[in-house]
Amino acid sequence: MSNIQTAPRSRRNTELLLLLLALVVGIGANMLVGLDQDRAFDSDFFTQGVTLVVLVLVVHVVLRLRAKYADPVILPIVTALNGIGLAMIHRLDIATGDSAATRQLFWTGVAIAVVVAVIWLLRDHRVLRRFTYLSLIASAALLIFPLLPFIGMEVNGARIWVNLGFATFQPGEIAKITLAIFFAGYLSTNRDLILLAGRKIGPLQLPRWQDMGPMLAAWLVSIGVLVFQRDLGSSILFFGLFMAMIYVATSRVSWVIIGLLMIAVGGFVAFQLFPHVTARINSWIKAFDPEVYNAIGGSHQIVQGLFGLASGALTGTGLGQGRPDLVTFANSDMIIAALGEELGLIGLSAIVMLYVLLISRGIRAALGSRDAFGKLLATGLSFTLALQCFVVIGGVTRLIPLTGLTTPFLAAGGSSLLANWLIVALLLLISDAARRPTMTGPANGSRSPGDRPGRRSKSDERNTGSTEVIQP
Amino acid sequence: MGELVVTALRFGFLILLWIMIISIVSALRRDLQIGKRSRTGSPTAREVRKNPDLAEAAPAPRAAPRRLVVTEGPLAGHSLELAASPILLGRAQEATLVLEDDYASGRHARLFPQGSRWFIEDLGSTNGTYLAENQLTRALPVDPGVPIRIGKTVIELRP
Repeated sequence: MSNIQTAPRSRRNTELLLLLLALVVGIGANMLVGLDQDRAFDSDFFTQGVTLVVLVLVVHVVLRLRAKYADPVILPIVTALNGIGLAMIHRLDIATGDSAATRQLFWTGVAIAVVVAVIWLLRDHRVLRRFTYLSLIASAALLIFPLLPFIGMEVNGARIWVNLGFATFQPGEIAKITLAIFFAGYLSTNRDLILLAGRKIGPLQLPRWQDMGPMLAAWLVSIGVLVFQRDLGSSILFFGLFMAMIYVATSRVSWVIIGLLMIAVGGFVAFQLFPHVTARINSWIKAFDPEVYNAIGGSHQIVQGLFGLASGALTGTGLGQGRPDLVTFANSDMIIAALGEELGLIGLSAIVMLYVLLISRGIRAALGSRDAFGKLLATGLSFTLALQCFVVIGGVTRLIPLTGLTTPFLAAGGSSLLANWLIVALLLLISDAARRPTMTGPANGSRSPGDRPGRRSKSDERNTGSTEVIQP
Repeated sequence: MGELVVTALRFGFLILLWIMIISIVSALRRDLQIGKRSRTGSPTAREVRKNPDLAEAAPAPRAAPRRLVVTEGPLAGHSLELAASPILLGRAQEATLVLEDDYASGRHARLFPQGSRWFIEDLGSTNGTYLAENQLTRALPVDPGVPIRIGKTVIELRP
């Protein structure tokens, strides 16, 4: 792995400037959406604008205090995306009389509070490595919760919700983070074992049979999510995450090929056996077939989205001037279609560009990171964001079947917003560790190697030594 | 609100979006330049041609380490031939060098070859790994003769 260093400069002032620009984008969009209905400066607009400014500046100040060397562009990009999303949800509220924007604003507040807490309390991402196996257990619990009676809830055929009484939550969104932590911890420790060479076919170095276990387990979990929760999107996300991380850890193409073959087998079997998968694929391939278009749960939604994108053309109808509310779930699943209609190709490609920049900064943090765990975690988290964008935007534009993933930061939905902000908090911490100047001379000068083993008793070691848990 | 103003604002917003992207990218440009200047390692042939002083600064080729020797601790005296594959150090049975040391973790550290050198990396051990008395916080190159301390065990690479 390469070892690229940046000059130790904090660059928080650059961040502040870009942040102000991002707030102008977000709040400007929110102003434009009401302009045509003469509702430009209603009370919603002011509450949303002021709350967003305050929340984001709090994160900025916390970064100045706690993670001085964090990447300067991650926060502005996410702020712009969150602001645009809030504006579009507000715009759809005006059309439908809903109050989704207020809920989204509340969840933005919750998410940012969690981000502040994580940056303030965690400080160093390497602490997470101790929780490798704990996060495996947490992931399993989070995936099983929605299947339990009473607290589990089924919405639109997918059983991925948990009813907390006062609110509903999708635990699967958090599971993608805990899974990334587990994979990063597991792969950074066991990389050498997985690297042991097996048979060779042509230029391909295949892994040994006994090392296929983790891959098989990840595959079975993804299939389980598909069968029991009927959530095609999360299923793809979990397996894709594992495949990307094992490829980055071992740099063996054979893992990717094996993974793709397993997806092909799983996908084909699912297409044959499960009606909800068959319906998804049908409304993708035969979208314009009148029979599929008129069927319940057919391609009506995706075709309406395509019509919206078409009427947006190059420059869009202008915020607040199109009819994106004609599409079902316009503010969550189909928010990309709504933005494409009102901002046009020029605006939509700007949004895609923001995602590209965000993900490239995540990968950059991984490249600069000095420990294998941080490298893998940053790669995994950035890849999660990338895969979500690909699956959602690909689905809306009918490149691939439409699945139930959410557009990060844009779509209405508290769990997704919270999870993606949490990813951002971790990326900020890893980039801070990566860009912080390296200490020269003895590290931790006060502790000499001799007294350290003695200072820690054996019982202490048992409690903190996560590496001890691993059995061959 | 006039039609003209609304249209101007509409296009203004699209321009604003792209201004934001261009500002972000230009903020990142400095990152790339900084990366180039602070690069370490041996100078390229082109740089040497321009500036002959650099060639002398390049380190003389070291003798590649061939053996790993345990100098202190319960396993003192043992040695291991180095091949091209990474070496896992720790108490776990699957480790390449199984340390019978109470202060070592199951998977404590790993030695791996990259280019012509060997690097040591701590695998999140409880008590840390020390290279020449400094605790490791990242992977570092190991030169022959420099002691690596893991718990009570000290190992060295020998040519």
